[in-house]
Amino acid sequence: MTTAILVSILMTLVAASTPILLAALGELVAEKAGVLNLGVEGMMLCGAVAGFAVAFSSGSTTLGLLAALLAGVAAAMVFAVLALSLNANQVATGLALTIFGIGASSLIGAGFVGRTIPRLGPIFPAGLSEHPWLRAIFGHDILVYLSLALIIGVGYFLRRTRSGLILRAVGENDASAHAIGYPVIAIRYAAVAFGGALAGLGGAYFSLALTPMWAERLTAGRGWIALALVVFSAWKPGRLLVGAYLFGAVMTLELQAKAAGVNWLAPEVLAMTPYLATIAVLTMMSIGRRTGRLDAPACLGKPFSAT
Amino acid sequence: MNQPREQTVPPRLALAHISKSFPGVKANEDISLSVAPGEIHALLGENGAGKSTLVKIIYGVQQADEGTISWNGAPVAIPSPKAARKLGIGMVFQHFSLFDAMTVIENIALGLDEAVDREALKAQVAAILESYSLPLDPDREVHTLSVGERQRIEIVRCLLQKPKLLIMDEPTSVLTPQEVERLFATLRQIALGGCSILYISHKLSEIKALCDGATILRGGRVVASCDPKVETTKRMAELMIGAELRKIEHGNAAEAGVVRLSVSGLSLPGEPPFGTDLEEISFDARAGEILGIAGVAGNGQAELLTALSGERLAAKAEAISLDGKPIGLEGAGARRAAGLACVPEERNGHAAVPDFSLAENAILTARHRLPLAPLGLISRGMVQRFADDVIRRFDVRTTGNGALARSLSGGNLQKFIMGREIGQQPAVLVVSQPTWGVDAGAAAAIRQELVDLAAKGSAVVVISQDLDELLELANRLCVINEGRLSAPRPVASLGIDEIGLMMGGIHGAETAAHA
Amino acid sequence: MLEWRRRREPSTLMLWLSPLIAIALTMLLGMIVFTAMGYDGCHAVESIFLTPFLEPQRWADIGVKAAPLVMIALGLAIGFRANVWNIGAEGQYIMGAIAGTGVALLTYEMTGWWILPAMVLAGILGGMAWAAIPAFLRVKLQVSEILTSLMLTYVAVQFLYYLVRGPWKDPDGFNFPQTRMFTADQTLPIMLEGSLVHLGIPAALLLAVVAWLTMEKTIAGYAVKVVGLAPAAARHGGFSAGRTTWATLLLSGALAGLAGLFEAAGPFGQLTPQFPVGYGFTAIIVAFLGRLHPLGIVFGGIVLAGTYVGGEIAQSTVRLPQAATGLFQALLLFMLLATDVLVRWRIAFKWRAA
Repeated sequence: MTTAILVSILMTLVAASTPILLAALGELVAEKAGVLNLGVEGMMLCGAVAGFAVAFSSGSTTLGLLAALLAGVAAAMVFAVLALSLNANQVATGLALTIFGIGASSLIGAGFVGRTIPRLGPIFPAGLSEHPWLRAIFGHDILVYLSLALIIGVGYFLRRTRSGLILRAVGENDASAHAIGYPVIAIRYAAVAFGGALAGLGGAYFSLALTPMWAERLTAGRGWIALALVVFSAWKPGRLLVGAYLFGAVMTLELQAKAAGVNWLAPEVLAMTPYLATIAVLTMMSIGRRTGRLDAPACLGKPFSAT
Repeated sequence: MNQPREQTVPPRLALAHISKSFPGVKANEDISLSVAPGEIHALLGENGAGKSTLVKIIYGVQQADEGTISWNGAPVAIPSPKAARKLGIGMVFQHFSLFDAMTVIENIALGLDEAVDREALKAQVAAILESYSLPLDPDREVHTLSVGERQRIEIVRCLLQKPKLLIMDEPTSVLTPQEVERLFATLRQIALGGCSILYISHKLSEIKALCDGATILRGGRVVASCDPKVETTKRMAELMIGAELRKIEHGNAAEAGVVRLSVSGLSLPGEPPFGTDLEEISFDARAGEILGIAGVAGNGQAELLTALSGERLAAKAEAISLDGKPIGLEGAGARRAAGLACVPEERNGHAAVPDFSLAENAILTARHRLPLAPLGLISRGMVQRFADDVIRRFDVRTTGNGALARSLSGGNLQKFIMGREIGQQPAVLVVSQPTWGVDAGAAAAIRQELVDLAAKGSAVVVISQDLDELLELANRLCVINEGRLSAPRPVASLGIDEIGLMMGGIHGAETAAHA
Repeated sequence: MLEWRRRREPSTLMLWLSPLIAIALTMLLGMIVFTAMGYDGCHAVESIFLTPFLEPQRWADIGVKAAPLVMIALGLAIGFRANVWNIGAEGQYIMGAIAGTGVALLTYEMTGWWILPAMVLAGILGGMAWAAIPAFLRVKLQVSEILTSLMLTYVAVQFLYYLVRGPWKDPDGFNFPQTRMFTADQTLPIMLEGSLVHLGIPAALLLAVVAWLTMEKTIAGYAVKVVGLAPAAARHGGFSAGRTTWATLLLSGALAGLAGLFEAAGPFGQLTPQFPVGYGFTAIIVAFLGRLHPLGIVFGGIVLAGTYVGGEIAQSTVRLPQAATGLFQALLLFMLLATDVLVRWRIAFKWRAA
């Protein structure tokens, strides 16, 4: 019995961590290329609503995921045109993207409030996950496995491949990369698009897997937490995994406390914990970092123009 | 491979009637030149003569508006640096295109157009380093390297592609004399292998020592082609500058007066990530003298300037004294009010705000000694009057005090900044790279102002990488190396070799036998 | 061929014109988008951008909504100019209202002229205190104020919920999650009989003028600009980035707190869970629409307040969902950022032979 409870807590933890992990990993790649896209929350909302709308009308969660991915990329491209091609301030543009995502998702989602769809299920046959421990391994949906595979993939890409080296170079010194002849803006477009795709999927995780039901602003600031996680990870995919699962644990704790009817702590106080934890983590990172080298890509957030 | 140059061998590179305009400027006009195989050819000219633009056209960074480029006799188009490299053109930029947080080998890999297996690349690099006897550790991160070592990365990057033409853009501006010698040896060896070298510089002695042919640019046009081994330095200088240089007039500054600025035991840790630590810096600057501080870039010059200006505070008040008063713990504003003015090397963004008008820039540092903003309220009239004064007195070419700093040429902005500080009649003026990137006329005017300021009883400290400038200006000279300052010595007693050794880190008895 | 050319100096004409171009583009784009979505796009745009300004009976409502937007945006804009990105004004707005309401609840059974000023003071301090947290973290520990100020907004919202559902719940309120109604001495005086036009409107205008003079004429305003434009030059000139960060964050917190208090002691007259309506975020758009210039912000505040009023009109005229207002506002910010490029760059037509 305790095993079953443990496993179910574990499943909750994984489910809570996966969307932030996806969004944060996408943002990490964008930031490695030197782009600070604060619109993660907006891209997630775009993905969430597009995924839900398509899954609802087509009845296919796969199509829903695809739509979420494309919506995330589309939103990211709006950011890219403004911030990369027109050299608009990246902070302001990212904020605009978030405000846009909130508005667009509320508007499109207005027709879907209260509707439900079948939840994104485990990919492995049910027989594999009869035993609780097996369920902990084989009982997850596709995005969980995808997020874990992408952590390894992105880590390998950044550290071991030439394309990854070039991407890092663009984030480290855009002027030099340009002088050598690398297409700085094009590479940044690609990185931002990748970030958008993963943010879109991360958003869809809310509307397709966590609560297969539409509600306004259902990502509840997780996009911002993803941004904080990138700082926490010191721009390393491995640490991102740790960070995302730590946050998943905090959120699971919140849910468990609520479920267990902890009444000496107001539910509102519990609801604050992820945000307070984010501030705490950012603070600890800064304290720890002050002695050593800065890990942020040197050109993060700086505009670049070839002339 | 050292073939006799026959008429039948087509030039490695030939430019015919190249022109290139930017809004408001004709950067290159009807430029023709040719470089033979294995030739070291100088492209000689002042800052702003059009050398950089021409080189960017050859390397495919920019496109010419008119004219043709021929490669080994055949006309070619060079639409991108990649195309240039494909032809066999390699380039070492003046401002290296390196990535500080990455290793040497990663930097080299980034300079290649195709992916090469890491181990294979390491072997290739090792072979090149071996054959040119260049010391360089492939696994070090670039920010830990000296400027000379960084330049080697760029050279190795080019050599890996087995270039037929190597472009060197002002390669010696940041090197010690010893490093220059080493570079020349490498370049001669490369040329001996049949590779042509286009050597961009405005340093005549180097060109005389190294080059087989020279093309002299002025104002975007070719004014002469010559053999530098034959032509006199004086003649080349005249061609390059177009007029005879005004000689600096030293006043009767021979007897230095009282100590105005005294620095003793100033230590300050460098700022992360790549700052240099200042260690136990001590010197005096006296009324009426110009103290020169020589050194290779990145040895603590920027840190010394910010420590003196008060942008960073010393650990104890006594570390810095102005006219006998300890000011080490005072901030930038208080120090300036007391009479210590500083001009940092970086004009745009440090000494001046690019997006501010000249009048607004006047407020930045002059408000402490002049009543530009009594009680915190900006007096527009006073500010404009002061800015206009500076513009007039220092002959700043601009549309008026409302012009943005970024719209001025480097030389004009520098004149404005120097004027802003000198106009406050400081007790001590510390200035870093006063004539860096400034045309000859403006540079002479700025140097004259420094001499005049000292003659009026101020102490002037000039931090510069340009040895010629220091030897011309300074009464006494010291060298900063890895954050430490040598004892000042009268310029008259110093030979250039001695200074070179000091710059390379060999202070008196102290020996440093690092590669 | 179209070619972008960097201007030597920013274009003054475009500086004035670009917000208007952005509004025009937003209207055009909005028309297309909403027509494509099956609404009456023309009327939607008309309702949101024109009707509120053409019907004088709406003006009082615009003023009431513009006042908090302008107040918050003034503080934000000054911060943005110093490169301090306080995006948590919504939280400071809430905390200002909470602090002021705290005073109101304490003085529930008292009367006196001093009660409202005490609430105003508490509102200002509440907003400041909330902004002091990101200021401390940024100046002392180099933690980005962007993330911390935003996170604190979520915390403030939860804190508000906790108070109105718990300790501050009106004992005579039939268990609704809301505080007591404020008394006459705790409510802003109405400036115009029969409307909601309150003291906040002239206060916002006055603050805009003061902010403008401060930015233009004083060394304090100069410090803000120089710290934002060129941090190294600011340090060289003896301006402290840390002090400027503190000052701008406290100021924007104070203004947001004041706006929150005015909203609570004005139109709301109590605290409810519906209190946060997103003014703190919309004010970011106001700040940009006003080109971070205090007087421009008055204009921006009026336009954005108009979209709120117009959004309500469009709900009844063309059945546009309420969320459409938010989308219009976001589109406007996108267009502003896009047209900003015209200030620094110009488009040149270049004919080149192939």
